Amino acid sequence: MSRSTSSRWGLRALGLGYIAVLLVAPLILLFYKTFEEGIAPPFEAITSGDGLHALKLTLLTVVIAVPLNTVFGVICSLLLVRHKWKGNWLIDAVINLPFAISPVVIGLSLFLLYGKQGWFEPGLAEAGIKVLFSTPGIILACVFVSVPFVVRETVPVLQEIGTEQEQAAETLGANGWQTFWRVTLPAIRWGVVYGVVLSTARVLGEFGAVSVVSGNISGETQTLPLFVEKNYENFNLPGAFGAAVLLALLALVVLMAMNLLKRKEAA
Amino acid sequence: MGISVEGANKCFGDFQALDEVSIEVPDGSLTALLGPSGSGKSTLLRAIAGLETLDAGRVLIDGEDVSKKPTQKREVGFVFQHYAAFKHMTVYENVGFGLKIRKWKKDKVRARVDELLNLVQLHGLADRYPSQLSGGQRQRMALARALAVEPQVLLLDEPFGALDAKVRKDLRTWLRRLHEEMNVTTIFVTHDQEEAMDVAGQLVVMNQGRVEQSGSADDLYDKPANEFVMSFVGEVNRFGDHFVRPHDIEIVRDRDDSTEEAMVQRIVALGFEIRVELVLGDGTEVWAQLTRGELQRLELREGQIAYLRPVHAKSFNGSAPSNPHGASTPQGSPDGGDAEITAAA
Repeated sequence: MSRSTSSRWGLRALGLGYIAVLLVAPLILLFYKTFEEGIAPPFEAITSGDGLHALKLTLLTVVIAVPLNTVFGVICSLLLVRHKWKGNWLIDAVINLPFAISPVVIGLSLFLLYGKQGWFEPGLAEAGIKVLFSTPGIILACVFVSVPFVVRETVPVLQEIGTEQEQAAETLGANGWQTFWRVTLPAIRWGVVYGVVLSTARVLGEFGAVSVVSGNISGETQTLPLFVEKNYENFNLPGAFGAAVLLALLALVVLMAMNLLKRKEAA
Repeated sequence: MGISVEGANKCFGDFQALDEVSIEVPDGSLTALLGPSGSGKSTLLRAIAGLETLDAGRVLIDGEDVSKKPTQKREVGFVFQHYAAFKHMTVYENVGFGLKIRKWKKDKVRARVDELLNLVQLHGLADRYPSQLSGGQRQRMALARALAVEPQVLLLDEPFGALDAKVRKDLRTWLRRLHEEMNVTTIFVTHDQEEAMDVAGQLVVMNQGRVEQSGSADDLYDKPANEFVMSFVGEVNRFGDHFVRPHDIEIVRDRDDSTEEAMVQRIVALGFEIRVELVLGDGTEVWAQLTRGELQRLELREGQIAYLRPVHAKSFNGSAPSNPHGASTPQGSPDGGDAEITAAA
């Protein structure tokens, strides 16, 4: 075996070992622990009233927050790339904030804005809208933490495709809207899809920001990650593991859906 | 549909891309905008298409002022240097794009697209994606796409710039024939004077955002308006204030009043053509173009003294050229089109 092949194998072993120990082993153990005594205990724990409610609330958050951020992310990317403006660096920096700031801090800042004596509290209270300790607050927190994903994935693709295809569409008689739908969006779709997948995974699993603004009330404002944590604290291990496995499966489904779409595209 | 541009001005920041440009393109003609990179030729073409807005001046197509019209209403066919193919669409969908936008019925679209694919010799490739085509095929697809909507005028921005020499030559001939058949007013941008002379009936030479001269290939070659045009449309030597084409330098063996003494530095045989490089008494380097027969008759050898007689020498005193080219380097080094202009847009 030549030196370069042996070092290549060494590197490969190191990479695979790292992934195996740090990523795969914990997940396998989680699945093993969950189903140690059959499928019934975790299944029952999740299908109890609170578990089901947590699942529904989590899915509702995904269904609202992800499309919102997708639309906003695509518009924002277009602004950043296609409309050169001196203040673009500021927008760019602000969009990255949720990556940099701890989710707990995000939760607290929402608290200051919508809580008692918050800026928006009087108006919202008058309108009878409760943001904190209810669904709107959870969705706001999830939108906040998942803002950057679609923008970050879409901007480089937009930059790479350039403007020539769009200009060609214009010369062929397409207006701005037609150009966007028929040329720009199809050209950037994989960037957007990847952003959507990452946003979905993030919203599914968001814990810190949600735990601050939701109040973590079982059966009311408890999302799946909060459900996991509460059950774990109360030594209800089948519930905690069952919900954890469910979360992991949901994320896997999202990732696999993307891969299937991509493969179909390539064929 | 004739095209005219009147007093066009365009700046990108500090860079003046167009400086009081006016051109007149007759109906049905094939006109080349010729110039080095940065001369404003692409900007002018893009302004005609509406892809750039002019700071001042107007664009008229068939006598109508279209300066305020958006691109999609100008009915121009535009072909880009790098094809601008819609990568996610098949050849068929690319060519049919403009028709679909115009809400044509499916069977009419099919008939028209088939017709065009035949015209550009891409029948049988309708279901391919652009990534599966060669450069030449992609550019023909782009041309078919532009022609599908029956544009009033056809604009080509360095259409063959990204192709290799052989394909380039073929497409040149092919474009000329296509124009003869379709007779749509066509403007194409190039930095290659040979390409411009080969394809176009009328040439507009541009430099530093201005039109230096326009006319037929013969006009420009034989009666250049200034030093820039003379050196851009052909090769040139400089004798003090005078400019002479290499084939207008006679080499004789005996001195007389009309000759200058020079030393033969190098003789390069390029097939039928012979390139003789000489140094004059004052150190000026010039070169003469001879045929093989002439060289044999003169029995020239490197290192030998010979006598030159320039004929058809031109001088442009008084018509101060805007950008004197180095006299012994006939064509700057035009390459890459007007990338720096369009990038600033």
